[in-house]
Parts: sequence; C-alpha cells; structure tokens
Amino acid sequence: MARAMELLFATRTVWAVVLALLVGSILILSAGANPIEAYRVLFGEAFFDRFGFGTTLVKMSPILLAGLAVAIPLRAGLFNVGAEGQIYLGALFSSVAALYLPEMNAILHLSICVLAGMTGGALWALIPALLKTYRGINEVIVTLLLNYVAIHLVSFAAGGPMMEEGAPYPYSAEIPSALFLPLILLPTDAHAGVLVGLVLALILHVGMHYTSFGFAMNTVGLNPQAAQYAGMPVKRQMILAMMIGGALAGLAGTFEVLGVKYRLFHNFSNGYGFDGIVVAFMASANPILVPIAALFLSGLKAGAQLMQRAIGIQSTVVDAIQGLVVMFVAASLALRFQDTVWARILARRREAEAAVQGERSNA
Amino acid sequence: MPEWLQLASLTDVLGTTLRLSIPIAFAALGGVIAERSGVWNIGLEGMMLAGAFGAALGVFLTGEPLIGLLVGMLCGMLLALMLAVLAISLGVNQIVSGIAINLLSIGLTAFFARLIFGLDATTRSLAGFHDWPIPGLASIPLIGPVLFNQDPLVYLLYLLVPLLMWVLYRTPWGLDIRATGENPNAADTAGVPVFTVRYLAVIASGALAAIGGAYIVLAQVFVFTEHMSAGKGFIALAAIILGRWDPIGAVLAALLFGFCDAVQLRLQFANPAVPYQIFVALPYVVSILALVGFYGRVKPPAASGIPYRREAK
Repeated sequence: MARAMELLFATRTVWAVVLALLVGSILILSAGANPIEAYRVLFGEAFFDRFGFGTTLVKMSPILLAGLAVAIPLRAGLFNVGAEGQIYLGALFSSVAALYLPEMNAILHLSICVLAGMTGGALWALIPALLKTYRGINEVIVTLLLNYVAIHLVSFAAGGPMMEEGAPYPYSAEIPSALFLPLILLPTDAHAGVLVGLVLALILHVGMHYTSFGFAMNTVGLNPQAAQYAGMPVKRQMILAMMIGGALAGLAGTFEVLGVKYRLFHNFSNGYGFDGIVVAFMASANPILVPIAALFLSGLKAGAQLMQRAIGIQSTVVDAIQGLVVMFVAASLALRFQDTVWARILARRREAEAAVQGERSNA
Repeated sequence: MPEWLQLASLTDVLGTTLRLSIPIAFAALGGVIAERSGVWNIGLEGMMLAGAFGAALGVFLTGEPLIGLLVGMLCGMLLALMLAVLAISLGVNQIVSGIAINLLSIGLTAFFARLIFGLDATTRSLAGFHDWPIPGLASIPLIGPVLFNQDPLVYLLYLLVPLLMWVLYRTPWGLDIRATGENPNAADTAGVPVFTVRYLAVIASGALAAIGGAYIVLAQVFVFTEHMSAGKGFIALAAIILGRWDPIGAVLAALLFGFCDAVQLRLQFANPAVPYQIFVALPYVVSILALVGFYGRVKPPAASGIPYRREAK
C-alpha cells in the first residue's frame, strides 16, 4: 500500500492534470455539453486526426520552445515570465532580417534570420538579467512589464514603419518564399520548427545533466552561496541562463514568422509565452519532459478549436482548464513524499524488516 | 503660455491621471497589506481581472453598480483564498502560486464571460457609477474638478488610505501584520496567529485588487473584455516597491503611473500620424525605469516571499 502511494507520488503531476480535466468537465457541463463527448472529440481530433495533429504540431513549436525558455532559467533559480515578450522580439528581429537584407543564398539568409531572432530574444532577456544580478531588481516584475513593452513595440513596427501598404490592420509585407520553413506533415501546416524544438530539448537535457556548465547552473539555482563558495561565476551563470531562455523564446517567435505567418503580425502570439510557464511547471523544469508537457498542452489547445466547431463549446474552456492544470500542478509540487504519513509507514516497515533481518542473522 | 499649461487642459490631464491611477492604486494598496504580512501577491493581476468580471456579472444580472462591486470583491476574495491555500497552507513558492492564480483567472473569466454575456457582450454598455460632485469642494478651481468631481469609488480610495495607515501603524492588527511579515517566528512565539493573519491579509488584498478591477468596468469602460486588466496588476507590483511598502507611497506611485498613462493618451491625440502603440508602452517603460531608479534603497518586509512553516516537532 505504502509503495503504491510512493508510485502515486512520483506521478503526481499526471494526477494533477487528471484532476484539472475532471474539474474542467464541470465547466463543460455548465456550458450544457457532455464532458465525455467533449473530451473524446478534443483529444480524438488533436491526436488521431491528420489535420488535427497538424494543428497540434503547429502550436507545439512555440509552446515547446517557450517551455524550454522558462525551464532553463528556472534551473538557475530565475523566473522567466517574460517569454511572451522575448517571442515578440524574436519575431521582430527575424522579420527585419528576412525583409530588409539584400538578396543572398537562401540557406545563409535563413540562418541569419534565425540568429537574428535568437539574438532579439536573448537581448530582451538580458535586460531583466542585468537588473537582477547587478541591481537586485526582481526579475519577475521586470519580465512581466517588458512583455507589454514588447507587444506594443511589435504592434508599432507592424503598424508603422514595417506596415504593408494598404493593409487593413497592422502586419508587414510577406517574407521571401525561399525562407519558408519546410512543412513536415503534408497537407497540414505543421512545419520543421517543432523538430528543432525536440532536438534542442535533447541537447539541453544532456547539457544540463552531463556537462560542468549544466552542473554549475543547477548549483547556482539550488544554492547560490554554495556555488559562489565553490568558485562558480554565479552572476554569469544567471545571466547566461536568462539569455539562453530568451534565445529559445526568440526562436519560437522566429518560427512563427518563418513557419506559420510568413509576415510580422501584431498580437500574433496568443500567449505562447505563458503556455511556456505552464509547460515548464508540468515538466518540473526538466528539459526532456518539456516536449511531453508541450505536446499535451498544444493538443489541448488545438483540440479545443476543433471541439468548438464540432459541438459548440467555447474554446476558452481550455484556457480555464489550463489555469486549473497550473493550480493543481503547483499544489502537487508542494506535497513532498517525506512529509506524508505514507513515508513514515514505509520507513517503519523498512526498520521492522531490518530488525527481523538482524534477529535472523543473530540467530 | 504652452497649450498644456492652460487651466482647462491641465485640469483635464490631472483628472485623467487620477482616474487612470485608481485601479492601480487599489491593487497596490492590497499588495501592500499582503506583502507587509509576508506574502508576495503576484496574483494581483488575476484578482483585478476577477473583480472586473464579477462587477460586470453583478451589473449584468441586477443593473446595480453597487451589487456589481460586491460580486467583484467576492470573486477577488475567492481567488485570494486559493492563493492563500497554495502559498500559506501548502507552502508553494509564492511566485508560482501567483502565476497559477493569474492564469486561472484569465481562463475562467474568459470562459464564463462568453458563456454568460455572450459574444456580443462588448457592444452592450453596462450600468456604472456616475460622477458625484461634492457640493462646495467641487467648485474650487483646478482642485475641485480634479479631486471632488469624481465617482464614489474615488472617494472610497480617499477614505481607505488614512484608514489603512491607521490600521497598519496604530492598531494591534497592524502590528500583527507587520510582525508576521518581518519575523513570523518571533510573531508566532509571541502568540500572533501567523497563518490567520496572512490569510486575512491576502484575502483583504484580493478584495482591494478586485475593487481596482471593478472600477475599470463600473467607472471607465462599462463593458467586460477578456484580459482587460492588461498588466495593471503588474504595474501595481512596481508601485508597491516604488511606494516602499507603505499605503501613501503606493498611492503616490500609482498616481505617477496614472500620470504617464494620461500623458501618453495626450501624445496619441497630438500625434495621429505616429502609430499609437509606441505611446501605449510608455507606462510600462516608466514602471521599469522607476524600479531601476529607486530599487534597493528600502528593504522589503524581511519575511516577504518566504512560506512560513512551524519548526518540526
């Protein structure tokens, strides 16, 4: 029994998600629909239908990258709630590179666009990182406020200097078609961005767990004093963690331009940066778990749109469920197995077994 | 004399400043109470949004702005209770708890707004509070129209600030709150019910943030739109720091941000050729700059942000 509880504990994030879906079914009921049918349509369309799965993958690209963008700084003890803004800056930088550079080899141009986008995100993340490390200003407030600055900045660019002649609302001209990211699941819109995200998750997993750089970052996050004492460059690690996060979010924004929209639109991101926070929590800031959480969340979002069309429940129900997921996951993180009555029972059992063993060996 | 210095124009800017700073001021006051008790309330944004939603709901159902205000406060307090359970009882990191509350609020309000108000909600105007000129005072030049020709919620703020100053610095409750925020261990030893004090402080902060959100619906725009709090709760967080965790300071900081907002509105109208979004970003930029300029000179309450756990038995 106690061992079963231990297993339940190890998977508590999953249970938190299940609980959130259960509470979500109350919301669906209140909207006058059958929750079982609603979830069947939602997950069926999102994961078992070619077009639906394509939509899931389109959403997974930014959500996965934003999840990594939150997870990496989290390992160094920093809350990057500014992924949304970094996504916008990434899109801005990469679309400027895509639209205004002279003609050149497509591969070279694409690489420049990607680098520009990552730089944009990283620079936007550098602001809170410097303010945190050198002035002690809380990075949470700064990144939250910078999100709004970035969103308005992109609206300004897309509605002003970069706006296409005669556009009905703020968007830029279309980028050259040579720069479009390859599609991976024809005839859907899924693009290669999600593959890049998967590879990066793997690289970051290895980097965080098997390199001295990752070790230093973890140590800084777990105990900055100890890290300092051990001679690790605490400030530099924090700044780097934040900039890596910013670059990943910037990449997410870049792929939205190069893979989905082909233009710089105002307000294009739909809160992907905030989805990244959800994903990073669900994955306990572990890069290798981020893709799983991202797949689940993007499926939830893609399925919601299709569910809205199929049975007429507002897709906003998914936003509510997403909030519930964060709530329950956050609550589940607080429960530590060591604190529970089951841990004590298990410990007693071990002691009892040891005692029995001891008596036997004495005999 | 430049145009903006003329009396009518100045009255206009200052009046707008006050109106725009009210939501931030209420939320910041709430945040001051919570942080003074040792709980960092990142959830202010979500609680404002809940307040705005509740206000719209109350008015939508009854047509009474006062009922709207109360329903809004109730919604804010409910969210605050959830934050309290997460951050105080379960000891979840307060930033994580606050972010969870914000996301929950954005999702739930958007869902229920479409369900209850329908899709055409933004086109129908709700009832709200009207200006209530105070006889005599309202006819003083400049000060009169700016300060005393406002709606009841503004006057509520005028009453609230001295009340909070008195409670926080001159009553045993205030001492309990501050003790809990500075040194919960000592407070606990001295018999202060640390958990109760923090619960009440967080719930009070939810109620105040909700009034701020309700104000936007009941006195500014008269409709509910999804995510209408638009980061004002985060600006309030900056106002708390800038105001040095003090009610008067927080309201003054809120006024500064309201002033920036009023100025950017004027800039928008004065420069129709420039895309307006660049001006909209101004209050957020000023908030960050203000933090850079003033941070670190006054320390936050010592135990703010740290979950309290009693020593193991």
